[in-house]
Amino acid sequence: MIELRGVRKAFGRKVVLEDVTLEVRDGETLAVIGYSGVGKSVLLKTIVGLLHPDAGSVRVDGAEVPALRRAELYELRRRIGYVFQFAALFDSMTVFDNVAMGLRRIGTLAPDEIERRVTDALERVEMAGYEARYPAELSGGQRKRVGLARAVATRPKYLLYDEPTTGLDPVTTTVIDRLIQKMAEELKVTSVVITHDMTSAFRIADRIAMLYHGRIRFVGTPEETGATMDPVVRGFIEGRPELAQGAA
Amino acid sequence: MRTWGALLVGQMARLGVDSLPIALFIAAFTGIVLALQASYTFTGAIPLYFVGVLVQKTMILELGPVLTGLTLAGRVGANIAAELGTMRVTEQIDALETLAYDPISYLVVPRLLAGLLMFPVVVAFANAMGVLAGWLTAINLLDLSTPEFVRGLRLFFRPFDVEFSLIKSASFGLVVTAIGCFFGFTTLGGAEAVGRSTTRAVVVSSMLILVLDAFWAAVLL
Repeated sequence: MIELRGVRKAFGRKVVLEDVTLEVRDGETLAVIGYSGVGKSVLLKTIVGLLHPDAGSVRVDGAEVPALRRAELYELRRRIGYVFQFAALFDSMTVFDNVAMGLRRIGTLAPDEIERRVTDALERVEMAGYEARYPAELSGGQRKRVGLARAVATRPKYLLYDEPTTGLDPVTTTVIDRLIQKMAEELKVTSVVITHDMTSAFRIADRIAMLYHGRIRFVGTPEETGATMDPVVRGFIEGRPELAQGAA
Repeated sequence: MRTWGALLVGQMARLGVDSLPIALFIAAFTGIVLALQASYTFTGAIPLYFVGVLVQKTMILELGPVLTGLTLAGRVGANIAAELGTMRVTEQIDALETLAYDPISYLVVPRLLAGLLMFPVVVAFANAMGVLAGWLTAINLLDLSTPEFVRGLRLFFRPFDVEFSLIKSASFGLVVTAIGCFFGFTTLGGAEAVGRSTTRAVVVSSMLILVLDAFWAAVLL
């Protein structure tokens, strides 16, 4: 389980997260929605220890992430797959080597086992046959799929997606959404998906949380989200910011 | 060690072996110019075999290490800053972290060690090329024979000169790679920021090379 309690994070004078309390239950897919620049990615990076909160608690499987020593943090990260917004593939490496990176880090896997797992991960995201290609030779959607393969190759317990469908056409967005659902069902992973694409959020999430002005404004199932009368949430869902004006 | 050991050889080839052509090119023309200018300066007053002295001393003590260092500050330092800067702004360094790699061990340590180990090798070749070019110039363009040039070479030669040259080069290698890594790692923003980091890396490491050059002369000579 992932638990955030009273998390605060500021960059200089700009307070991005004011007081974030959120729980991600084992096995669920939680979509975190919110306007651009509200700190959704910051939230994700605090979970994996890439950013340290100024205050509050971030726990993964009971371990207080900011307090972990380097070796413990790396041990925890082996249980977490992270899918970056623009894939963040290593551009000097082939697709195979990109997906194999996390597996090689484990240190105990034989080369043929690594090859088997890379092939398996690429087949899951329907990218088999692209092993020898370089990231520059792939489309945006293909890069995201390889990024997903890299994240799942180590068989993590948690998958964190940072805007996985941003910049993709509607068809490719649907393909990525289906892959997210497939990973949740087949691998039984707990997923946190940062997005501002409401169609995606309703399609993939068990619960939806909205981040607004540094706090979690709303958490609920897709049905509850669709039915809420909270003007901020409604304004975001319907693309009508005027609804949120005047809301506390 | 397990992380950076395997990467070290690749970085040594990239930073050292790949830098040899440009370093040898510059050293060759420096050797030619040194021989010609020495001959021009010494006309009449000083025996011409002192051309060998000047080529050897200047090349090994100063121009070999410093010109090679400045060249590699441009080639290697800029390359490292641009590469790591791009990795930073495209979240590749964050991706390394999420895959449980320590970016310092994976990206920085192999480059620092490669710079420390390979700059002296490149400078040793550059020194040899400079002296060789000076000799070829002396026997072909100046009124000097090989025995006379060699006499000049040996006249004030001290083995410590070579040690001095290599110590200096190792420090230049460390500075160029460390500054490149620092500015690359601390890049914030996009493509423009990568360009800024690259420029800063070259300027700062070039300045530090000159400062270190004076420092080693004051301390060791």
